[in-house]
Amino acid sequence: MAHLSLRNVGKTYAGGNQPAVCGINIEIADGEFIVLVGPSGCGKSTLLRMVAGLETTTDGEIRIGERVVNTLDPAERDIAMVFQNYALYPHMTVRDNMAYGLKNRGASKATITERVNEASRMLELGPYLDRKPRALSGGQRQRVAMGRAIVRQPAAFLFDEPLSNLDAKLRVSMRMEIRKLQKRLGTTSLYVTHDQLEAMTLADRLVVLNQGKIEQIGAPLEIYRKPASTFVASFIGAPAMSLLDAFIENGAITLEGHVLAQIGNMAGPVTLGLRAEDLRIAKEGLPMMVEHVEELGAQRIVHGTIGAQTLAVIDTGEAAVQGAVRVAIDPDRLHLFDTTTGQRIESKRQTARELAL
Amino acid sequence: MMQRIKPFDHLILIIGALFLIAPVVMAFMSSTHSAIDIHSNGLYFTPGSDAVGTYGKVLTHRGGFTGDVTGMRMLMNSMIMGLGFAVGKIVLSMMAAYALVYFRFRFATLLFWMIFTTLLLPLEVRIMPSYQVMSTLGLLNSYTGLIVPLLASATGTFFFRQFFRSIPDEMLEAARIDGAGPYKFFIDILVPLSRTMMAAIFIIMFIYGWNQYLWPLLMTTDESFYTLMRGIKSILQVWIGSQIPDYNEAFALAVLAMIPPVAVVVIFQRMFIKGLTESDK
Repeated sequence: MAHLSLRNVGKTYAGGNQPAVCGINIEIADGEFIVLVGPSGCGKSTLLRMVAGLETTTDGEIRIGERVVNTLDPAERDIAMVFQNYALYPHMTVRDNMAYGLKNRGASKATITERVNEASRMLELGPYLDRKPRALSGGQRQRVAMGRAIVRQPAAFLFDEPLSNLDAKLRVSMRMEIRKLQKRLGTTSLYVTHDQLEAMTLADRLVVLNQGKIEQIGAPLEIYRKPASTFVASFIGAPAMSLLDAFIENGAITLEGHVLAQIGNMAGPVTLGLRAEDLRIAKEGLPMMVEHVEELGAQRIVHGTIGAQTLAVIDTGEAAVQGAVRVAIDPDRLHLFDTTTGQRIESKRQTARELAL
Repeated sequence: MMQRIKPFDHLILIIGALFLIAPVVMAFMSSTHSAIDIHSNGLYFTPGSDAVGTYGKVLTHRGGFTGDVTGMRMLMNSMIMGLGFAVGKIVLSMMAAYALVYFRFRFATLLFWMIFTTLLLPLEVRIMPSYQVMSTLGLLNSYTGLIVPLLASATGTFFFRQFFRSIPDEMLEAARIDGAGPYKFFIDILVPLSRTMMAAIFIIMFIYGWNQYLWPLLMTTDESFYTLMRGIKSILQVWIGSQIPDYNEAFALAVLAMIPPVAVVVIFQRMFIKGLTESDK
């Protein structure tokens, strides 16, 4: 149990001129579940491996508890890691796999047996303790990898995309299990994923990374509701937020010549973000040409164009949607971003009345 | 899917099998006849009556100039050569490969290619300098001198290197987090994982050592270090006057010399295949 803090952490690979990761500041409270999320190549795994000690840290300071661990060996950092491919030792039984770390640390036989039994009870691995990993299913292997982390009772768990190798259904159930287990053990956790849904459901706080830098840190809902940049806006949420070129003039925001809302922001071009679920197909509103419809069962995603710009709308109606439709917008749910920097602009709405066009 | 039996395919296979087995059968059958019969009637494909006598004599008869080297002794020497080679080469090349793959040091790649290029040089090329070194060290006429100079194995190092590289990095990382140092990782993880590789290389290297002829011939003058290969040769060398060479004994020795390598292949092949089907990385 410990808090974790990354202060101005960065890494530049030898021979590389651009840092893979830079200026990372995260304070992680004891018992908190933090998810690092971002597209592939954004440096999230590198950052996790730096915390684990598998990659060197070239800048800044990593603290686990009160200790600065920058130069410590992975084994001395008091962390446990769960890998994407599980990295179980194929020649050892499940029991030996879990016990190996403790054995190397010179734990007594009694302690090892007790901890392994406890972990296997928690993870329901009891019947498989004497099997080799190859005789287990993917989900079971994943549990063994978790068990190997748990028995050590480390200060922090590090997860490196642990669910990517599982099928969709198992992924959902393992996701819940990981969350429950972490709550129960109260161990500080750092979890890397590229799956925004996984990130949203697991995290106490999300850290969205892009090109080695933090784009935004915050609770999942906060990030969802107030994405700090166009990158975060399009990365978090499915379907992705539609980003459109709009214009502010005369105190109103206009899209393709249609006035959407009265707004007090500076005049000029602006990127307008619209979430599909904040839009609905209605009798009045913006004219949209439907291009194709994704049927999801409970709802459908209607993709279309307004002028030359694409837009996604969630529709729960029964009637067929095609040709020209009208889309109603909730003016309180507009997201505005700077066209050049992509940063969020707080909208200064003057009146909150729905506009009839 | 069951395939229809094709007579022609079978015929070819049977001919092939006969072609390969015939010399072995012939050697064995001839070894059960007396030398005179063989000399006058040629080789035999039918069993004779002298089997017990010939094999008994071959194993226990004290031959050579000094008269105290028996077949058993030669068998033991060959065994020591074969096992020493196989075990020594595996240990040495595994450690070399471990260093090359898992440790970052200067010129590692260059070193690897240097080791690799020695594959191109057969033993005969460096046999004189090797002999000189051994002679200076006073290791002529010793098992150490017979085995050690040939232990460095580019083949083994190469195979183990490729194998280690195929082990996912996460295995090393997991072990590091589990607190296994370089020594423990090697013993606890790599060695058990390499069992299949070790079996394969053991087969190759045992036979290589078993079949050594030129090197023991140079390195040893003491007859108590005679190997089977030299024994066979020396039996056939006695063309003195009207004496008939002991063909039957030479055949018997050849048959005996075949048994251990065949046994090694059969035993380790099984391990090898078991390892192949079991391993699941």
